[in-house]
Amino acid sequence: MKTIADAWDWLADASHWAGDDGIWHRLAQHLVLTVVCLVVSCLIALPIALVLGHLGKGGALAVNISNVGRAVPTFAVLVLLLLTPLGQYGEGPTVVALVLFAVPPLLTNAYVGMRGVDRGVVQAARGMGMTGKQMLLRVEAPLALPMIMNGVRIAAVQLVATATIAALAGGGGLGRIITAGFNLASTPQVVAGAFLVAVFALLVEGLFEIAERFAPSWARGSG
Amino acid sequence: MPPAHQATLATPAVDAAPPDDCLARNDWICGAYLDTRRHILVDAVVQHLQITAIAVAIALVIAVPLAVVARRWGWAAGPVLALTTVLYTIPSLAMFSLLLPAYGLSATLVVAGLVLYSLTLLVRNILAGLRAVPEETRQAARGMGYGPIRLLLTVELPLALPAAMAGLRIATVSAVSLVTVGAIVGYGGLGNLIYSGMNTYFKAQVLTASALCVVIAVVADVLLLGVGRLLTPWTRASRS
Repeated sequence: MKTIADAWDWLADASHWAGDDGIWHRLAQHLVLTVVCLVVSCLIALPIALVLGHLGKGGALAVNISNVGRAVPTFAVLVLLLLTPLGQYGEGPTVVALVLFAVPPLLTNAYVGMRGVDRGVVQAARGMGMTGKQMLLRVEAPLALPMIMNGVRIAAVQLVATATIAALAGGGGLGRIITAGFNLASTPQVVAGAFLVAVFALLVEGLFEIAERFAPSWARGSG
Repeated sequence: MPPAHQATLATPAVDAAPPDDCLARNDWICGAYLDTRRHILVDAVVQHLQITAIAVAIALVIAVPLAVVARRWGWAAGPVLALTTVLYTIPSLAMFSLLLPAYGLSATLVVAGLVLYSLTLLVRNILAGLRAVPEETRQAARGMGYGPIRLLLTVELPLALPAAMAGLRIATVSAVSLVTVGAIVGYGGLGNLIYSGMNTYFKAQVLTASALCVVIAVVADVLLLGVGRLLTPWTRASRS
């Protein structure tokens, strides 16, 4: 109980929120890192998944990549990249490691969503004379949207969580508060940092939940 | 002896290494590393396997009753699933840190964190397996005079095995890769080697330890796949 009170005191100290090592700065770093990685991952994974799903090819590939991705420790990838020439480019290794980590769930969910679209609807669209591109963008992708968004949500929450590992390799973000706490042997700071990261991850989860609730019914998959 | 001193800088533990071997050049792939540090690697692998196995075993022991309770009493399913999902959302680095006051800097801390992660995957899969047992099967067993305990142990749980094994495989593979983060408290198995290799810029150590992590994950996955097949011979009979 004492540790929790101490952690609370640490959080309540205004000097811990300001400056380059402060909570606000670390939070901003964490947010930027997460958003950049999420956008890059989506730009890579979604077009591939949508086209593969439209063509109905490469399903085993999409699903297997996801399973392989689970077996590769992100921390190991990050450190390996750090020791390559890429390591000279600041946050470069972190972004690459996190993107590699976020692509599998995006790819799998979007592919499964595209294949789950009612074949009758697709054939009706073809009967109406739609081209492949029109079918993909106007029929299949909108109908697969709930599954695609589910993948984005999983990727976003896991990115927030995993971005903390960047701190182990000297990167920025909220994880830095935890690792700094370990180096200072300050349990209150470690617990306070962990609390902040956990709250941030749950907030992102909550945001997606709210967005889903307010989305038009067709985008929720229930309409 | 300046040359020997230089070799020590690049390769901390090997004083007698000639200056032109792969350790001195800091190559990614290095046979001499495997020869000279075999015991360190073996120790790290043993720690990695121990932490993973103990964590997954404890998670399994906790997950089965939770899933059974959630199956038997419908109102319990919501809270059980919500709680395990929230636990899964907490970042691994944060989880290990949050448990720090309770367990201190110990292997128990890493095990406890991994147990909480594996719970989500296991409870979800076992519950899905139990829910998939056909109602007719349960009624047939009851008609044959099976009590609730015997029904659970001899009919429901065996039928839930394939789904449970799928969850166990995912949980184990995830745990193998998550153990590495335990390096922050000094109990990360191969993660310790990756962490120290990062600080000393020791490429062979980082690559070897990373590759071993993946090998352990793949071997564990294949082993569990085999165990699952041995335990559920009927699933193969029905497929052929």
